[in-house]
Amino acid sequence: MPQLVRKGVRIDDSFAEAFPMSGTGLIITAPNRKWAMIAAHTMTGFATSVIGCGCEAGVDAELSVKETPDGRPGVRVLLFAMSSKDAEKQLVNRLGQCVLTCPGTAVFRALDGEFEIKVGDAVRQFGDKWQISKSLDGRRYWRVPVMDGEFLVESKVGLTKKCVGGGNLLVMGEDWDTTMRATEAGVEAIRGVEGAITPFPGGIVRSGSKVGSQYKGMGASTNDAYCPTLSGLGTSVLDPDIGCVLEIVIDGLTDAAVADAMRAGLKAIIALGPKHGAKRIGAGNYGGKLGPFHYHLKDLLP
Amino acid sequence: MKPFLFALRQEPSQRHDLSRLTPDRLVGRTQKEIEAIDIGTTKVDAKVGDLFKVRVGDPQVVHFEGGSERFDLLGAKLLPGFAIHVEGDVGARLGRGAQGGTITIAGDAGAFAASGMTGGQIDIGGDCGDFLGAPMAGEIFGMAGGRVVVGGNVGQRAGDRLRRGLIIIEGDAGADLGARAIAGTIIALGATTGRIGYLNKRASLVLAQGGDFGPTYVDCGAHHFTFARLFSRALAEDSRRASRLLSQKLRRFAGDTGVLGKGEILTPV
Repeated sequence: MPQLVRKGVRIDDSFAEAFPMSGTGLIITAPNRKWAMIAAHTMTGFATSVIGCGCEAGVDAELSVKETPDGRPGVRVLLFAMSSKDAEKQLVNRLGQCVLTCPGTAVFRALDGEFEIKVGDAVRQFGDKWQISKSLDGRRYWRVPVMDGEFLVESKVGLTKKCVGGGNLLVMGEDWDTTMRATEAGVEAIRGVEGAITPFPGGIVRSGSKVGSQYKGMGASTNDAYCPTLSGLGTSVLDPDIGCVLEIVIDGLTDAAVADAMRAGLKAIIALGPKHGAKRIGAGNYGGKLGPFHYHLKDLLP
Repeated sequence: MKPFLFALRQEPSQRHDLSRLTPDRLVGRTQKEIEAIDIGTTKVDAKVGDLFKVRVGDPQVVHFEGGSERFDLLGAKLLPGFAIHVEGDVGARLGRGAQGGTITIAGDAGAFAASGMTGGQIDIGGDCGDFLGAPMAGEIFGMAGGRVVVGGNVGQRAGDRLRRGLIIIEGDAGADLGARAIAGTIIALGATTGRIGYLNKRASLVLAQGGDFGPTYVDCGAHHFTFARLFSRALAEDSRRASRLLSQKLRRFAGDTGVLGKGEILTPV
């Protein structure tokens, strides 16, 4: 594969291929950061891939008391799914089981999309007719009595179909430690980009997949071309100095958010250099015929 | 572009219906046409030109230089995006049925201000008459949205049959504040008297000075309410005192249990 070099790191002349998704989000607040984050992590747990989880979700940003509607510490979480119906179902389920149950929390909309999802309107009935609604500046909230006081939840949150899922970077290094160091630096940089999340564990996936399988009925299977233990075989695309590959998958509220996230990730990974970090960076695609969004690495380089 | 200006020539000799002078109804009209509008309410002719010196300007913003307690229905059915400012007093039914926009009154307002209002904001610098936000005869509910901030005192039965929206009273409130309220929020920073929240169904009354609410209001203890923090932040610009009140721990009296009982009176601990 033709390659460019930046600070000694080889960059594949390749592109990430991404797909349109439906996205929504919540601002979760709590009396302190700890419990806001617990609610956010619980809600976005088991949400790594739409294939098996129904949605992809993650923490977009931690919000200070000045940035939240109720002046308490908060977290903005984003949730993406293949359809608006899936997004609604996942959001309402996760809200009901993970945030309503979490001590001290309140929920507000994180974005104004073209559509609205009923969230407070869906969980309010937990109040068994003791719930009270409050309207403020054109937005409606439900006060649901719970055992630690009241669960305040906005009646509807925004949903947009203009989201992008599947931006990615393949980080290739000599061994697990150096590759992980580089990938973690990439994820940390992406964390600072508003409107983009990395849904996999710690933002990193080690089981990158290809379309199809030798087994019947399996839509996806291991990306053998990037598995270092198969590097001597004909199907491999790895160089002899690569001993580990980790992938960062990015979902964003907009095309620009994904591009910005990939740009930030690339910059951080390249900055580490090949000795202590990645020797090569690539991107996953399906030949460019499946997804309408293409992020060419050469256009995103620092 | 300068605002549309109505400068008062002399004290009016009769009550006037100013509902025709809302900004949206002035769009595209010439000075002559506006001066010919009849705003009288008696047999005696009363044209705009007789009462005001008119200066045509940006109809989004209408200024009245000089007011009178005889100016009724000012800002009636006001639409979103428009603003009216009155440097003086106004009469009854200020902002009646307003759907949006902002009305600022530097002086006092008469009875039935914000009656039937469904959106927008009314700021009254001085005092306000009886039945603030209340329904007119034959109507089943009063104010149903928007925000009213009164810098002074209000008369009796403010928030009567309030259905939705927010009323902030920085001064004292007359008897029966929030009586028969259906829902919505009333914040009173001064003294309150009479049957406060009488037959209140679902409304929240936040009272800075507490009081005796009778046996149909039940003490539910003191709590930090998240919704109050939300309101506190949203009201910081309109009333810093109201904002401070809502940021405190509040004692909740649930009621009026004589009716639905899902309303409440909140007072600082």
